[in-house]
Amino acid sequence: MNNVKMTVNGKAVSRDVPDTTLLSEFLREDLRLTGTHVGCDTSQCGACVVHVDGRAVKSCTTLAASLDGADVTTIEGIANGGDLHPMQAAFNTHHGLQCGFCTPGMIMSGIDMVNRFQADGKDLTEEAIREELEGNICRCTGYHNIVKAIEDAAGTMADMAKAAE
Amino acid sequence: MTDGIGARVARKEDKRFITGKGKYTDDIRMENQAYAAFVRSPHASAKVTGIDASAAEAMEGVIAVHTGPELKADGIGDIITGWAITSKDGNPMQCGVWNPMVTEFARYVGDAVAIVVAESQDLARRAAEKVSVSYDELPATVFADHALETDAHQVHENVPGNLIFNWEIGDEEKTDAAMSGAHHVTQIDITNNRLSPNAMEPRSAVAVYDEAEDHYTLYTTSQNPHVARLVLSAFYQVAPEHKLRVIAPDVGGGFGSKIYIYPEEIACLWASMKTGRSVKWTSDRSEAFMTDAHGRDHVTTAKMGFDADGKIVGFHVDTIANIGAYVSLFATATPTYLYGTLWSGTYDIPAIYGTVRAVHTNTVPVDAYRGAGRPEATYMIERMMETAAREMGMDPAELRRRNFVKEFPYQTQVLLQYDSGDYDALLDMAQDAANVSGFAARKAEAAGRGKLRGIGYSTFVEACGLAPSAAAGSLGAGVGLWESAEVRVNPVGTVEVLTGCHSHGQGHETTFAQLVADRFGLPIDSVSIVHGDTDKVQFGMGTYGSRSGPVGMSAVMKALDKVEIKAKQIAAHVLEASEVDIVIEGGEAKVAGTDKTMGWHEVGLAAYTAHNLPEGMEPGLKETSFFDPVNFSFPSGALICEVEVDPDTGVTEIVQFTAADDFGTIINPMIVEGQVHGGITQGIGQALHEGVVYDDSGQLLTGSYMDYQMPRAADVPSYTVSHGCTPSPNNPLGLKGCGEAGAIGAPPAVINAIIDAIGTDNLQMPATPQAVWTALQSAKMPMAAE
Amino acid sequence: MYETKYHKAASVQDAVAALSGASEGAVLAGGQTLLPTMKQHLASPSDLVDVRGIAGMQGVTVGDGTITIGAATRHADVAGNADVKAHIPGLAALAGGIGDPAVRSMGTIGGSVANNDPAADYPAAVLGLGATVVTDRREIAADDFFEGMFSTALDDGEIITAIRFPVPTRAAYAKFPNPASRYAMVGVFVAETGGNVRVAVTGAGEDGVFRHDGMESALASDFSVASAAGATTSQEGVLNDMHASAAYRAHLVNVMAERAVSKAG
Repeated sequence: MNNVKMTVNGKAVSRDVPDTTLLSEFLREDLRLTGTHVGCDTSQCGACVVHVDGRAVKSCTTLAASLDGADVTTIEGIANGGDLHPMQAAFNTHHGLQCGFCTPGMIMSGIDMVNRFQADGKDLTEEAIREELEGNICRCTGYHNIVKAIEDAAGTMADMAKAAE
Repeated sequence: MTDGIGARVARKEDKRFITGKGKYTDDIRMENQAYAAFVRSPHASAKVTGIDASAAEAMEGVIAVHTGPELKADGIGDIITGWAITSKDGNPMQCGVWNPMVTEFARYVGDAVAIVVAESQDLARRAAEKVSVSYDELPATVFADHALETDAHQVHENVPGNLIFNWEIGDEEKTDAAMSGAHHVTQIDITNNRLSPNAMEPRSAVAVYDEAEDHYTLYTTSQNPHVARLVLSAFYQVAPEHKLRVIAPDVGGGFGSKIYIYPEEIACLWASMKTGRSVKWTSDRSEAFMTDAHGRDHVTTAKMGFDADGKIVGFHVDTIANIGAYVSLFATATPTYLYGTLWSGTYDIPAIYGTVRAVHTNTVPVDAYRGAGRPEATYMIERMMETAAREMGMDPAELRRRNFVKEFPYQTQVLLQYDSGDYDALLDMAQDAANVSGFAARKAEAAGRGKLRGIGYSTFVEACGLAPSAAAGSLGAGVGLWESAEVRVNPVGTVEVLTGCHSHGQGHETTFAQLVADRFGLPIDSVSIVHGDTDKVQFGMGTYGSRSGPVGMSAVMKALDKVEIKAKQIAAHVLEASEVDIVIEGGEAKVAGTDKTMGWHEVGLAAYTAHNLPEGMEPGLKETSFFDPVNFSFPSGALICEVEVDPDTGVTEIVQFTAADDFGTIINPMIVEGQVHGGITQGIGQALHEGVVYDDSGQLLTGSYMDYQMPRAADVPSYTVSHGCTPSPNNPLGLKGCGEAGAIGAPPAVINAIIDAIGTDNLQMPATPQAVWTALQSAKMPMAAE
Repeated sequence: MYETKYHKAASVQDAVAALSGASEGAVLAGGQTLLPTMKQHLASPSDLVDVRGIAGMQGVTVGDGTITIGAATRHADVAGNADVKAHIPGLAALAGGIGDPAVRSMGTIGGSVANNDPAADYPAAVLGLGATVVTDRREIAADDFFEGMFSTALDDGEIITAIRFPVPTRAAYAKFPNPASRYAMVGVFVAETGGNVRVAVTGAGEDGVFRHDGMESALASDFSVASAAGATTSQEGVLNDMHASAAYRAHLVNVMAERAVSKAG
């Protein structure tokens, strides 16, 4: 057992967890944040993507015990009160989801790629979005509308960043 | 009416999914929750000679280990198939017996041998490894084209030579005569590759036994919870229907794989009773590859005869369909009535005959997967057309046009009667959108970059909303194929629609609400769709085969008709007018030509207060309908794919993909386009990436995403999608269904494009880089001297 | 996952002590391969020693004609590092092409090199550049380090602390990913350093990463796409599986070598 203290979606949490507990299990079972999904065993589908200290990681391939002191954001933590995050809103507007199972990981990866590209001053083209989605598999949408949603949200996020300056 | 039929409305259900608040089966945790894991056969074919569970049972936290013989002794029935096929010699099909857990013989890698129930999922899995099973290994039969050979191991004692049935359709004599008189005959030998459905949510079940009430509840990843309850009750004897509630909450994709009632759900229900605990099982992806029903897996030889003008005179097909170790629920219908009946394709073919031999092998059961039989038919016909066009030196589009069905209804030589369509118009639309006239220039430009550019066509017709029930029954179906709906208008005027369809990505909570919005002029936010719970919805057949629109929505329309009639009677009575003068629109009941109105909510309130109803009218405003269509509906389409092949590596890039489809009336274009995008991508997956591989001993080599290639975002382009519309005359809205079209039409378009690019048709699916490179190498070799 | 004991090491000494006290210890360097293997019950270390918190094992240092990368430096940080991009752009590009963005946020160079997966990318760079593997107790030349599939010269309990790369005149990596796993089915790293040409191939060898002697001599006499194309790649010792026959892989070795040479300029 390890005592782990983290900030999850802005709230401090402290739990004793077995050494083998994965971050995905910690979120789903200990914190009952079931928006983070598990769709494979080999770290490829990306349904489990969350942000740890500002970076997208696969929570199914990360031990909770190793994240003492970490700042974790999940799909449940990105809306601002009643206001959806622009990435969430864009997925709705562009029909970027069907069954919804891969969606949390897609949205978390989408936010991460927009943040990285904007930080580097790079243009997030359709081709780049598709490359960046290497680790997120969707079986329903054929990616067409996911790509459109991320493109749109990238624009909104850039505008918001400008407005905040 | 902004929310009505034809409106591009954003989905109502999205909010819970984009905020992480969806409720999938594995998200459910009951009081007193225990977890199951299965001990599975590591052999494709073996006799179980002993099971020693003592080491597992001794582990702290292990609650119970139960085996197949125990389950059978408790009276749990064998797993059934839903469609009886008669062989051409008049004999009924022969199926092997499927015990939910092995009683004597394990017949595929992954066949469940025992269930372990423990305090945690991790513990259950570790304990399952401690169950010691003794096996006598037996030879295995793995491949469709080997199963019928005399040296093949017989998978089931009661199925001689592994032949489940030898089914025929069409007129053999007429076809033989037509073929012998043909000016040109084209023959193709093709395989339709075996696929794993891979809904992103793995299957899961939570079984809850209430001893005090002797009642069971099953939460499960199902496309059709009522069918699950029916089968679990009537055939598996788990519990009578009134003592079993099945709930399919949010379900993360199905594509057919979640139609079936699998051993795991049966075993969890039974184990819940045995242990007195709630029992949860969730598949991991490796288990999904090993146990979810696979799709396709055909080996086919087909011959098509043409006259001197390129008009088809006859078509002859011989297919072997691999059914796997056991005959799953729709496994027999898929390679027969959903396959052979589509052999006319979009063409007027005067003589068709063919046989389908279904065979057992030591592999995962094969059943309906997105398209189910229709992709196999379309792939065969459309590769045939392209090959024939090349052989006869004709333009492939022109050859198709010369043979298109042009008048509707059209009676094919293989049972079906197409309802409506305009195949030429769709091909025109696709050719325009794809700028086919500019292809030669694009090909030349690609050649300058060292790339081989090719163009490929596919036109298809499919049959959706399998019907009518009586006809299906006469052909061997074990169930009816109607759909139910109940429309409840509440006293405040809000509306609940209960449907027997199930949404696992299709967006029913939005599109079904659009029907109500359209009818009464209400905002869709005042309409709720209720589905997926056998305690809430009386009965229904679920969602598969693109049936929710043509069948499910039709039932809603019928129920709305009844509600409208009663609402008008109430309004006419209250407003002191004649029923015929009442119109309901914009959320109001109005007397036409006057300023007399009452709000929709006032109609609802009047119905329930019952203070002022027409004499003899029952209170309330709630109507039910069961809709049984008179015929299938027949969506069609034309698809054009352009690829660039890198001759150095064999890599195929899809550079342009165009689809023009006719789905009849469209309720929500955005959702329909989404279905098309997803279907095309699955079709591209089949054509380029996906293929289940077993080795000669029946070991599954593609057991994870490390070895089974799923289409990823960078593997596919953005699509150009457009629609024509010839409404179906067979249902009130003119709907045809759109869920499977892309997966049906795309594979031949992709393969035909690659063949056009590389100049050889010595190519099977999946056309992986290695396969394309190998085909290119063989094309470079000088032809062997005859 | 089988039971294991997690240790967070604060220093290299700490990590070495934890490993030596374990019956079957494993270094947790990023976990992107190890944890999935453990989940599938294919590995069951008694102890996991997490080295990512060790300050001295992070980051990039520029030396005299060398770039040294701390073993616990994540792929994304190598890919984005200005010094690596300036001095060995082929290495930065290789790091930026490993796995997917989420894997690159966790996986580390030391973890990849120590694991010596036959389809991993980094071994090709380490061998191709003739790098030096620095451990808690010694330095090992790349040519002596890789001993076969999942096998290295590391002793039990020995920890990689850094990899030191010589700065090449020119170098590049070209990868043909396995269509399913996206690991390298064939990856070729070519480097010219001080007039010396090295070519390392990953993904294709039955014994893991290897140097391609024929390609090296061809490129040494003429560093050009044509000579990469003309070199002979033997099918002997080349992997043959359902994804790629030995013939196809051997062919791809040449094609990837051509592309790497072209990128290296």
